[in-house]
Amino acid sequence: MDLPALRATLHRWLFRVSGPEPAPIQLGQRRIFVLPTRFGLALALTLLVMLLASINYTLSLGFALTFLIGSVAWISIHHAFRNLVGLSITPGKAEAVFCGTPAHFGIVLANPALRPRQGLRLAPSGGAEAIQRAEPFDLPACSSAVTDIHLATHHRGWLALPRLTLETRHPLGLIRAWSLFQPDVRCLVYPAPETDGPALPVGRETDSGLGGRGHGQDDFAGLRHHQPADSPRHVAWKAVARGGPWRTKEFDGAGARDVHLDWNRMPASMSVEARLARLTRWVMEADRAGIDFGLSLPGTNIPPGRGSAHRHACLTRLALFGLRDD
Amino acid sequence: MTEPRLRPDQSGWLLACASLSLAPHASHLPLSLIGVCALLLGWRGLLAYQGKPLPHRFLLFALAASLLALVAVEFQRFFGKEPGIALLAGLLSIKLLETNSVRDARTVILLSFFMQMGLFLYQQNMGVAALALAGSVATVAALLALEGRAEAPRARSLAAARLVVQGLPLMAVLFVLFPRIQGPLWGLPADAYTHRTGLSDSMAPGDVARVSESAAIAFRARFEGDPPPPAERYWRGPVLSDYDGRTWRQSRRSVAEAPAYRSQGTAYTYTLTLEPHNHRWLLALDFPAAAPGLRYSSDFQLLAQAPLHARLRVDLVSHPGTLVGLDESDAVLQQALYLPPGSNPRTRALGARLRTEARASSDIPALAIAHFRASKLAYTLDPLPFGRDDVDSFLFDTRQGFCEHFAAAFVVTLRAAGVPARVVTGYQGGEINAVDGSFVVRQSDAHAWTEVWLAGKGWQRIDPTAASAPRRIDSGLAGALPGMDRLPLLVRSDLPWLRTLRDNLEAIDNRWNQWVLGYNPARQQALLSALGLARTDWTTLIALMAAAGAVVAALLAAWALRSRSPADAIDHDWTRFCQHLAAIGLPRETWEGPLDYARRVGSRRPDLSPAVTAIATDYAGLRYGPAGTDTVASRRFHQSIKNFRPR
Repeated sequence: MDLPALRATLHRWLFRVSGPEPAPIQLGQRRIFVLPTRFGLALALTLLVMLLASINYTLSLGFALTFLIGSVAWISIHHAFRNLVGLSITPGKAEAVFCGTPAHFGIVLANPALRPRQGLRLAPSGGAEAIQRAEPFDLPACSSAVTDIHLATHHRGWLALPRLTLETRHPLGLIRAWSLFQPDVRCLVYPAPETDGPALPVGRETDSGLGGRGHGQDDFAGLRHHQPADSPRHVAWKAVARGGPWRTKEFDGAGARDVHLDWNRMPASMSVEARLARLTRWVMEADRAGIDFGLSLPGTNIPPGRGSAHRHACLTRLALFGLRDD
Repeated sequence: MTEPRLRPDQSGWLLACASLSLAPHASHLPLSLIGVCALLLGWRGLLAYQGKPLPHRFLLFALAASLLALVAVEFQRFFGKEPGIALLAGLLSIKLLETNSVRDARTVILLSFFMQMGLFLYQQNMGVAALALAGSVATVAALLALEGRAEAPRARSLAAARLVVQGLPLMAVLFVLFPRIQGPLWGLPADAYTHRTGLSDSMAPGDVARVSESAAIAFRARFEGDPPPPAERYWRGPVLSDYDGRTWRQSRRSVAEAPAYRSQGTAYTYTLTLEPHNHRWLLALDFPAAAPGLRYSSDFQLLAQAPLHARLRVDLVSHPGTLVGLDESDAVLQQALYLPPGSNPRTRALGARLRTEARASSDIPALAIAHFRASKLAYTLDPLPFGRDDVDSFLFDTRQGFCEHFAAAFVVTLRAAGVPARVVTGYQGGEINAVDGSFVVRQSDAHAWTEVWLAGKGWQRIDPTAASAPRRIDSGLAGALPGMDRLPLLVRSDLPWLRTLRDNLEAIDNRWNQWVLGYNPARQQALLSALGLARTDWTTLIALMAAAGAVVAALLAAWALRSRSPADAIDHDWTRFCQHLAAIGLPRETWEGPLDYARRVGSRRPDLSPAVTAIATDYAGLRYGPAGTDTVASRRFHQSIKNFRPR
């Protein structure tokens, strides 16, 4: 077994964490670990010197002071432990993001007890600095709070929430109590849209309903009943403002029609990721333009449609293309 | 990485913690250094208050250099206890001026612990202990402030005090059971134990008078049975036989493990508790019987094995009637006859005259006393200045002196008359503390008397001061001195209320000294054997300490894991409410719901009806109402049950 694997095993055994856990996660006593901080060690050294001085100079009050500070430090271990024990963790929903923008995971920490919890920090595990940079927060008695975990995204597909560390140095900063857990939550990362490239292939189509009444955005053609999936740009806001019913403006365009975004029509020289990036951009552009669009990928065909659910379905296909959908 | 700057509340607590550890040092630090520290602390406080930036690093270096120079000027050295503590105090003040991050603040806190320890080298009385406790609370508050959010000073000090109180039981366990080792473990700086008044091993004119100006306690004695009469209360200190015309010194002597005399006569059994005085002598009542672990010098002093740097308790038996020095060596007697040639000619002439007048040498002391009495010598703390030969000046010119002048003059006279004599210093008298019955001897009881050697009788104690001021022996210094101006306030006998107050304070102080400060290996052993643990060594102590520590830790862990949900708290309050009502004869039936119960109670006791109905309605709402706890309602519920006192 090589070193990283050994370390991983050791971590699993030591911190009792083995992969994502179902919500809610309860922080029991066996999941909380305490160790002195650097300042705690410095204080221990100071107390040792004070103890030696007390013995050497026969200072009864020196003994008393050393033992008092030592006892308070000892008590602070229990306070730190008590500050974490009994908390429960539930992951919130993670909105899908495009690759390159940070993913946000909302973690709900609930304090069912009558005592407030203070000075908590939550961050993805990995290094003491990362957790110290996290902003500390308090949890009043019988309350819960949502903490946002930001993660940079580098690949399309599912991004699972990594193992998190919940840490506290309350009350005196001498003792660090922490717990590791991994809520079972993941975030979908869409491919990053291409920044520059050919325009949306509107009108290049030859096979789809020429001369028919297509949707476009050039000439106003009339009003129809509003559907939730309609683009907000086409809502007849004046009518709504007058207190009338919601209507959607319909337009006729010379080349206005469904657009079909097809994987196979891309230049053969393009790589998989480049094709996905271009298709992603087209999906976004078509969606913004309010055009019905369909998507064909090898093994998948999504008929034309519009609206956020349709867009999400298309982007999901693109995000997971070629990946195991699990 | 730049750390965040300190918040005003953090700087405030830090300053409080540093000031509390520095302030008590004002009693011994040089005035200049106190001023510098106060200025630096004040400056830092002002900067924190105004939110201004801290001084530049170069200025701090300059300050540190000037501090070194100041310490060098004041002490002429850097090593040792006093310059060390002075340097630490100055550095702590300067460090505060550059402290603007959490990490630096924590360094300041650790430094202030050392400052606190430094104070204990000088004083360990109850006042200092109270200050140290306040300092600990301030320190904990500073640590809380460094870790937590800004909070009102009152809430923060309460939280800190709560933590300290939680630490007290564990501290008590450690204090009692931590194996005590008699220090020192390594060499101490030469000035580790200065600042202690008391007798020394030499006596020049004015020395004893200087010691007498202090009301500090020299030692305490607790007699089993009656204390000896005042005329027997002579506590023996250094015996001075070596005279150079001005200063009396201890002569060479041998030290044995057993006394050279055979104890006889009345026995007094007592326990001495001696304040540390940095010498080996034990100030026993004349003459102590053999006891293990003690040393006996050939001039009948009782000695400890090592200098007394800490308070010492010792159990003794003394026999004042013992005859000592019956077969004294010639060398000692020769020394006790020596007078430096040419000194005090008039006194020598007096001695020669007494010798011719006396029929036997055993009559000479009485003749000398008679002469002293006839000379109308006055007893005073403030004698007029003496001339070149101070014994001559005292006896024939100024005729005023303190006990050391009387003793010196008497010894010189007797030596001139050919009778071996020497000065004995120590304490005479003492008084009983009416509160705890202990016998208290102060520095103001310091005294010098003489011993005269007579063939067949050995060394006989003669107190020439008694000849001039007999009240000194019967009623102490305050009784013997007419003008009280220079007497320490606490020794004055004309203020009875002051005396009562002093007795009470000193009785408490005695307890403190015996049980807290004097808690040494012997005391620890005694306490444990009183608890039924005979023959404890340090392994037993460590096992005991570990066991007690484990119990405390288990209790703490149980407390940490005890988790009460809001529903538990509400039920707990409701149960208490039902108990209150049961106590006035209205117990709740098990099948009764809260609202039914309230109705029944209301019909029986209409006066309680509004309160009971309100509480029961709240309970029903909180317990069986919609999920989610209404914190306002539950607080109100808790308060109203707390205030519910039916009769």
